[in-house]
Order: sequence, then structure tokens, then C-alpha cells
Amino acid sequence: MHLDHSHEGPGALSADAHRPDGTRRALRIGLGGPVGSGKTATVAALCRTLRDRHALAVVTNDIYTREDAEFLLREAVLPPERITAVETGACPHTAIRDDISANLEAVEALEERLGPLDLILVESGGDNLTATFSKGLVDAQLFVIDVSSGDDIPRKGGPGITTADLLVVNKTDLAPHVGADLGTMAADAAHRRGDLPVVFTSLTGDDGVRPIAEWVLQRLAAWQRGTARPAPAATAN
Amino acid sequence: MSPTALLVLADGRFPAGGHAHSGGVEAAVAARTVRDPATLFAFCRGRLHTAGLTAASLAAAAAAGCEPLVLDEAADARTPSPALRATSRKLGRQMLRAARAAWPCAALDRLARELPGGAHQPVVLGVTARAAGLTAPDAARASAVESVTGPATAAVRLLGLDPFDATAVVARLCDDVDAVARRAADTAGRVADEGAGALPAASAPLLDITAEQHAAWPTRLFAS
Repeated sequence: MHLDHSHEGPGALSADAHRPDGTRRALRIGLGGPVGSGKTATVAALCRTLRDRHALAVVTNDIYTREDAEFLLREAVLPPERITAVETGACPHTAIRDDISANLEAVEALEERLGPLDLILVESGGDNLTATFSKGLVDAQLFVIDVSSGDDIPRKGGPGITTADLLVVNKTDLAPHVGADLGTMAADAAHRRGDLPVVFTSLTGDDGVRPIAEWVLQRLAAWQRGTARPAPAATAN
Repeated sequence: MSPTALLVLADGRFPAGGHAHSGGVEAAVAARTVRDPATLFAFCRGRLHTAGLTAASLAAAAAAGCEPLVLDEAADARTPSPALRATSRKLGRQMLRAARAAWPCAALDRLARELPGGAHQPVVLGVTARAAGLTAPDAARASAVESVTGPATAAVRLLGLDPFDATAVVARLCDDVDAVARRAADTAGRVADEGAGALPAASAPLLDITAEQHAAWPTRLFAS
């Protein structure tokens, strides 16, 4: 049973697929990963690639509030009213996993204020390898690591590496300079993740975000067809 | 219903948004008025007997079945800082979301419908306690203890304080929490006859002032 059906009354509680007025809400995609791996750069590149054809908004979860939001504003990837910063009380993973209420408020407020949206990107504050998004907050999540932090990161695993719907290995252009073996990273990632997809990117290259954008567009198409429903909230079983 | 519901409601892991708020301790840490367990104790005790008492009384009155819309106005009247009003309503919205999942009922749905911008957090806490089958003293106790556990947890993160010391601070305040909860429940019992004016209007002007300053900081770790 989904929470959506367990009560009568106003307002969505969790990842209900519909807005209070009955229309299908925006797809929510979470971006997690360690500090400096390129989450904000990925958000910026996705916005530039998708904004002309899709209605987008972004929620950031900065550790020190507004840094990432202000980067996105400076880069002018979206109009300011489409970017919201959530304050996380020095615990960004709590705000995306254990107590998602502030982030739910933020995504709902964006849709309420801006009208129907296609996609909301929820960026976590840079955290560690254990940070994952609650299924009550996002419909799919990608985890961004980079080659310069060590090519043993996929082998080390952790919930982000093993369970994210898409693993992004960024900064492949730096691999020769830091002695990272992309083949080893790919093999370790495949070993950890089974059938879950992995993409290697260099966001500094021309259209470097393309593999991620294609994955996002596939998820968006499935969501809009109504075939990608949020998993039932664990508490409602 | 079950008295264990009080433990669930008062658990710091209850997902109602409190983890991102410091209860004013972030501003106090910056001003160096909170810097160690002793100063944290003084801060928490002061907050408990002022803003904490007022919040606990509102929560108790809501749990006793007083009209939540009237109590919400009473909370506004007792919260001079616009920043803290906004914080309280935001936390009220967040708590209401968790409450409606945990103890779904018509009273909580009504609160969401009548006050879509959010009711004040203590009012939501009281209505939630009632929905969970708890009493006015229960709600007062949950609210009062929360007024000290929030700052204590935040101080651990902000100062790297020894978490055992911070927990000892909260433990040493238990008698104070009980006394505040009793007083809050007593005054809540008078609202039916005397109106919401019977509720205490204790406040901590320094908390109000620093909350306004904190809200204007360009960078901070906690939302309030």
C-alpha cells in the first residue's frame, strides 16, 4: 500500500506520484557523491543541455548553505527562481535520507510556484561513500565519483557505488595524470554493481555530459509514460 | 493508545526536520556565549524556562483539544521575531508530514487544509500527540525536552563537543524539563475557561535578536 492511498486529505506525504491537484508531478533525480567529484558541474551541464526542451528546477543541499546554489546562479544555468537551497544542519546525508522533510518541502514548493515541471534535480551536499537518497524523496539517483580520488574507489564500494541507479566516473581526462586505471575502475564497478549502468565522463570535454543526459532522458520518458513509479514507502508496508 | 507513542514522537530520529535547526545555539557559539558543557547547560536551561515553557504550553493546550487555529494565533502573538515565526511554521509543516504518516487522522488533515502555510510547530506537536492518544502532560514533556535536546545536538556538531558531555547536560536538565512540563500542562488546563490568554508568554529577547541576525548570515550550517 502506498502512503498516497492510506489517507484522505490535502497535501502529499512522501514520494506520491501525483501532486495534490491530481496531475503527475515532476521526475525527481538525486545526485550524490564525494566532495569535489563534480556533482554541481554535472547539474550545471545537465541544465544547459536539457533546459531548452524541458521544464527544470534544482534543489541543492549545501554543507555550508548556498555555495552550490550560488555557483549555479553565477553560471546562470537556470533562472534564480528555479534554484532552491536546503539547509542541512551540518548533516547533508540526513537531509536526503533519514529526514527528508525539508527537501520534500523544497521540491513541492518549486512545483507549486513554477507550475508543472518535467524534472527536478536534487543535489546532495558533498559527503562520503555511504550517502544515498531516500526513495521517499527521489525516483532515481546517480552517484558521481572521479578518477583523481583514486582508482580503488569502485572496489571499496559502499551504498552509493553499489546501489545508485547510475554510477558516473568523472574527470576521465585526468586519468593519465593521476595514474588511474580506467579499465580497473570499470571492472571493479561492474563487479560491485551487477547490471546497473556505469558511465565514464569528462565534463570539461565537448558535450561531456551527453551519456548522463541520455540516461536522464530515458528515465524522464519512462516517468512520463507512467512506467517508472516510485517504490512504495517502506513505512507503508 | 500506547504510552510508547511518546517515545516515538520525542525521538530525535522522528523525521520532522529538527536536525537542521540549532535552536539558536549556532548564533550563541559564534558569539562565544556557548563554548563548553557549562555554557551549553546555561543556554539550554535559559531556553527551556522561556521559549521552551511557552512552546510546551501551546503543545499541551493543543493536546488537550483546544482549538488549534486559536492556539496558532496565540503562538504568533508569543513569537516576536519574524525569522522565528517562519522557522516555527516551517517546522510545523515538516512535523505535520511525518505525523500524518505516523498517526493519520482527520484532525491532522484538517490542520494541513486550514493552514497550508504551516501551523506553529508546538501546535502541530500537540495535535499530533492527541492523534497518537497521548495526554497534555505528554505533549508538554515532548516539547520541553525537545527545547534542550535540539541545541545540545547542534552544539556537538558546531563545537566538536564530547557527545557524552552534551548528553550529560540534557540529563542534568531532566528535573527542570519535568517542572516546565507540569507548569505548561497546568496552564493549558485553564485555556478552556480563560482562553488562550491563560498561556504563558515567556520569551528570551536575546534569542529573538540573535535569531534575526542569524537569519541574515550569508553562510551558516543550521537553518535557525
